[in-house]
Amino acid sequence: MTTLIDRRMGIFLAGLFVLTVAIPVGNLAFEGKVVPSYIVSLLGKYLCYALLAVALDLVWGFCGILSLGHGAFFALGGYAMGMHLMREIGDRGVYANPNLPDFMVFLSWDELPWFWMGFGNFWFASLMVMLVPGALAFLFGWFAFRSRVTGVYLSIITQAMTYALQLAFFRNEMGFGGNNGLTDFKDVLGFPLQSDSTRAGLFVLTAVALAAGLLIARAITTSKLGMILVCIRDAESRTRFLGYRVEGFKLFIFVVSAMMAGVAGALYTPQVGIINPGEFSPANSIEVVIWVALGGRGTLVGAALGAILVALAKTLFTGWFPEFWLFALGGLFILVTLFLPTGVLGLIEGVAGSRGRRARRASAALEDGVTEEGAKA
Amino acid sequence: MTVQLLLDGVSRSFDGYKAINDLSLAVDKGELRAVIGPNGAGKTTMMDIITGKTRPDTGGVWWNQTVDLTRIDEAGSARLGIGRKFQKPTVFETHSVQENIALSLKAGRSVFATLFHRRTEAEAARITELLRLVRLEGDRHRPAADLSHGQKQWLEIGMLLAQDPELLLVDEPAAGMTDAETMRTAELLRSLAGKHTVIVVEHDMEFVRALDCRVTVLHQGHVLTEGSLDHVSANPEVIEVYLGR
Repeated sequence: MTTLIDRRMGIFLAGLFVLTVAIPVGNLAFEGKVVPSYIVSLLGKYLCYALLAVALDLVWGFCGILSLGHGAFFALGGYAMGMHLMREIGDRGVYANPNLPDFMVFLSWDELPWFWMGFGNFWFASLMVMLVPGALAFLFGWFAFRSRVTGVYLSIITQAMTYALQLAFFRNEMGFGGNNGLTDFKDVLGFPLQSDSTRAGLFVLTAVALAAGLLIARAITTSKLGMILVCIRDAESRTRFLGYRVEGFKLFIFVVSAMMAGVAGALYTPQVGIINPGEFSPANSIEVVIWVALGGRGTLVGAALGAILVALAKTLFTGWFPEFWLFALGGLFILVTLFLPTGVLGLIEGVAGSRGRRARRASAALEDGVTEEGAKA
Repeated sequence: MTVQLLLDGVSRSFDGYKAINDLSLAVDKGELRAVIGPNGAGKTTMMDIITGKTRPDTGGVWWNQTVDLTRIDEAGSARLGIGRKFQKPTVFETHSVQENIALSLKAGRSVFATLFHRRTEAEAARITELLRLVRLEGDRHRPAADLSHGQKQWLEIGMLLAQDPELLLVDEPAAGMTDAETMRTAELLRSLAGKHTVIVVEHDMEFVRALDCRVTVLHQGHVLTEGSLDHVSANPEVIEVYLGR
């Protein structure tokens, strides 16, 4: 049996733990002189992307569902949290209306739309962060998987889904702030969002969420269900003839993944300070696919690593040559596809040498020997 | 003898081409049956109809005389106890050999049953037993992709047995096997009959002879004749459409 925390997962979680301690301490203990405050939020944003990449890797890397619309689930989670943060503003908005967010006052609305009800409660909003993306994924997956839509057709309709949502959220009548989205947040659970300690807290929370997401994903993919997901990816029809209802498995993993993406979005909004329809843009979702491919598809840790690496490169590159970033990203994707089929993680592990690999194989054989003896007894 | 599988006047056409044309076939419980026929005789379509992959235009398909197989999908047919082995060996390439067997074992097939599944000792023992039977015990940890064509055939047979189906639909099991392996496959299938119902689609006449069972000859989606191999080989129509070529 495979272990929950294998070597690569162990190393990644250890690195993440060091970062989780070092960054807030470096920021708070030295009043921003060692680690500037903006770095904390920036890294926090990277970790949100990493969680989103893990979510996509679950469906694409393991089950072969190439979703080009995962940004939609991320954005919905972000909006759900953003709605709570808007309600938290209360009468501190520009129009000082205690009952309505600024943009609604601006549109001369008299009362809060029904779908904003309950978002004043943090726990309700937190629930919606997972339920709304989960429900959309369920509805979408229910129809798509039952009709056996697969491959490029499925990818195209996921793309259409996020594009349709983008157009819808652009409209002021939708009641989500239109073009400008939701912003001007003041605090969350009473902690001011501008303060360094709140930012550090959000960073730690994001790191914890990423670790939890990785472990949940790992637990799922090492279970028998995870094995069946790979069967579906590699030989869908064969899996059906073994008696597995493929659509049920796809639906399950799609919904879990969407919820994970929603959590990533919810952590993203307070750290970035804004959520707008741009997050639904198809290009965003495609970028997530690039992160996963670059890091190493079907490895979970690789996906997280890929997201962080590309986001870091983007930050640096857009600082140096802003107009060339998209070319660099496209070039990177082509290079990885051509020369690194197993991604950056595969490259690292290949360089790490065969000694560790041999030792692992020996221990795996030993473990199975033990279970076999147990079976004979 | 009770009838395990009954096809009653089944027809199915694709874009006007009649792949199956008024096909009637009854296979008894525990029987070993060989189905032969030239290319395009409708053998694969017949299997697709039995396993719920393809729906017939007209006619009935009955399981144990009570269950209507035309209303059931692939997973449903597998759950009823119909196991299928494909002509081209289809195994899960990235999984290890033993994992391929483990995933085929009779056990809960639902999402949550598999999510919380823990391998029991009985299952581990059964896996080892099956691996021994198909002579892949030494390869159990290798990815199935590494196996030779013949070994993949054996692995798929192992997967079929792991399901412990009532009916085995076996499509050209001997393709890619050596003569000795072919004979061993025939022996295995003969030993399964009785406890299981077995339908074998085959081209290789030596193999069919070794099966030593009732033979159904298909031609243009219709049963041409049925009987012992010697009986059907003597049939002038059969000689004309198939054996004589």
